[in-house]
Amino acid sequence: MADFDIPELKEFPVVPHIQEGTMAHSKPFVSKEQFQEPLGFPGELVDNWQEVAYDKMEELTGKYRSLAVFLDSCVKCGACTDKCHYYLGTSDPKNMPVARQDLFRKVYRRRFTFAGKYFPKLVGAVDLTEDVLNDWYSYFHQCSQCRRCSVYCPYGIDTAEISMAAREVMDEIGVGQKYCNEIIAKVYKIGNNLGLPQPALADTLEGLEEDIEDDTGVTVRLPLDVKGADVLVVTPSADFFAEPHVDGLMGYAKVFHEAGISWTLSSHASEAANFGMFIGSYENMRKVSLRIREAALDLGVKRIIFGECGHAWRVAYSFLNTLAGPFDFLDPKYPVPMHIMEFTHDLIQRDALTLDKSANDDMVLTYHDSCNVARASRMGPKPGGQFVLPREVIKASCNHFYDMPQDTIHEATFCCGGGGGLLTDDLMELRVKGALPRMEALKHVVETHGVTHMAAICAICKSQFAKVLPYYGFQMDSIVSVHQLVSNAIVLGNKQ
Amino acid sequence: MSFLTIVYALLFYVATALLVVGLASKIRQYAKTPAPLKIPTTPAPVTRSGVVMRMFRELVFFESLFKSNKWIWIFGWMFHYGMFLVLARHLRYFTDPVWTWVDLIQPFGMYAAFAMSAGLLGLWARRILVDRVRYISALSDHLMLALLFAIAGTGLMMDYVVHTDIVAVKEFFRGLMYFSWKPIPEDPVLLVHLGLVALLMIIFPISKLLHAPGVFFSPTRNQVDNPREQRHLAPWAAELEKNRS
Repeated sequence: MADFDIPELKEFPVVPHIQEGTMAHSKPFVSKEQFQEPLGFPGELVDNWQEVAYDKMEELTGKYRSLAVFLDSCVKCGACTDKCHYYLGTSDPKNMPVARQDLFRKVYRRRFTFAGKYFPKLVGAVDLTEDVLNDWYSYFHQCSQCRRCSVYCPYGIDTAEISMAAREVMDEIGVGQKYCNEIIAKVYKIGNNLGLPQPALADTLEGLEEDIEDDTGVTVRLPLDVKGADVLVVTPSADFFAEPHVDGLMGYAKVFHEAGISWTLSSHASEAANFGMFIGSYENMRKVSLRIREAALDLGVKRIIFGECGHAWRVAYSFLNTLAGPFDFLDPKYPVPMHIMEFTHDLIQRDALTLDKSANDDMVLTYHDSCNVARASRMGPKPGGQFVLPREVIKASCNHFYDMPQDTIHEATFCCGGGGGLLTDDLMELRVKGALPRMEALKHVVETHGVTHMAAICAICKSQFAKVLPYYGFQMDSIVSVHQLVSNAIVLGNKQ
Repeated sequence: MSFLTIVYALLFYVATALLVVGLASKIRQYAKTPAPLKIPTTPAPVTRSGVVMRMFRELVFFESLFKSNKWIWIFGWMFHYGMFLVLARHLRYFTDPVWTWVDLIQPFGMYAAFAMSAGLLGLWARRILVDRVRYISALSDHLMLALLFAIAGTGLMMDYVVHTDIVAVKEFFRGLMYFSWKPIPEDPVLLVHLGLVALLMIIFPISKLLHAPGVFFSPTRNQVDNPREQRHLAPWAAELEKNRS
């Protein structure tokens, strides 16, 4: 089923020996002019690309303290070398976080530091040649910006910051990645990553309302563009489109129905995900974010709640106030934005939902902490709430739950293998191999506790797992949404 | 005044100036560069005092490194805190009368020198033996360890093999501090030791030793996790808002 070797799942995780160049061939499709131009990037490689790249590097080190500090501070201690899922799955040494950073750092040193200018061989500094650019394109598209390395670095160096900078430099010289840039252009034109226009959305939502009514006999609304609703829900467009995402969306609808709170989706901001982050572009990330502000103002809502989406929640929780705030026109009683998990969890705490756990008795569950929720955001008032709230909601909705091994969950969680703008078919080998550590952890609880399903709260994780689980002998539908479990368990019409 | 005394006196003035000016300009650069987005590695403290505690654990216990790899942690910790004690012990060459606490730590400083050397050898062994670390090591990474080990080694030699006139050494450095130069003892081991220390001071601001100031400025460690409560806006990002509705 694949033209590459699928890694073997071992009993205990093993750190592989390095094998140089095993992933040098991995490259996503290069963006075309029509996808570059709407983002403000040149359509093809510019003539004086080296000079443009150096200028951009200088600009970025002046604009981002993270970049300036991280490029100087690494001592090559090796603490991060066995932490990246792509290294563990591919054995390619350039997938070790420090080696990935060094692809950028060695050019920075050559151009901008005393040691690199006068003693390049001594410190391993090189000019930005075509070969180096090829390496950049290949290996900076083998980083899912999951931040696992940053947990373990004694200086907190986050390879995601370097990857974002490298991708921004490449965009600036006309070498963008098709997958990300095509999607961002689609958001500007239509409003969401999947390119679903307003009529298609309305049609889909109506269909879902019918499904719920057929299933439960209760009329549950999924409103679109309703002015004056209390809550604007912003969710990844995958939630309108495919299993298991739609089951989660129906779960949100049922929760709002039971809570008796009016809500609406927006066709203008019909996308929670913000691919501007993946390409490191503040301007594009800001432009995508402002759509949410515009929708909230236009619809006159009082609150904004985000659906299940990992990188989206990072941008929403950590950046939205910066990019599109201040949100002083919303109800100050609630944090802006809120996560749907915070909303549902609060209702459960207040005993405002009736949940019949036995509705999920056909499943034994585990939970995959999505990387950007785990290491770049929070839920609730306390640090670590992002680990507690989803688990409490799951446990309130089902009878059988087991966690995967400690070193693969919470802040140590492994990325699904498809995050950070890599969820594209032209990177299938990378995605399968990068999923290895998570698959090993899953296998462990399957064998020890008879786990049948894994729940997640990220559109990328869900899509990625649905695709790669079969490569490792699991069922593709063993990945479920957390609000799918809520949807199964919720007893409608019980509370007033 | 001997030629060697003049050379070493000038060397230490130059080295000190480069160290101070170099570090100051780097610290100024880090402080002036904005961090436009909230990027603490979470779970992160939600208060400023929580961040102070996080930084304290990071600096004193190497918390992240402890989570990561126990070998690097133990060798790294032995080296850094060994060196810290050794440096503190050296204050006796610059203070007169010697401060009481400097007097009290003198015996510990001796053990610290061995701990520091052992830590360095452990780190170096990993650099050679572990294929992943070998791959990421440049020549400069090996030379840095060689330099530090040579400084520690020559220092230990003067304690155990060929003593030098430490009273004269102290007079030399006190003389530099008060601009009334005194002769330096012309023992080869001492001259090597001091020459290497001066070299270390010179390369500090242009090498990976910048991790020392860098760790204080790392946004993933020093930011408070409160983006929803407080709007965080860099000056260059505020510029973008001028034409916004």
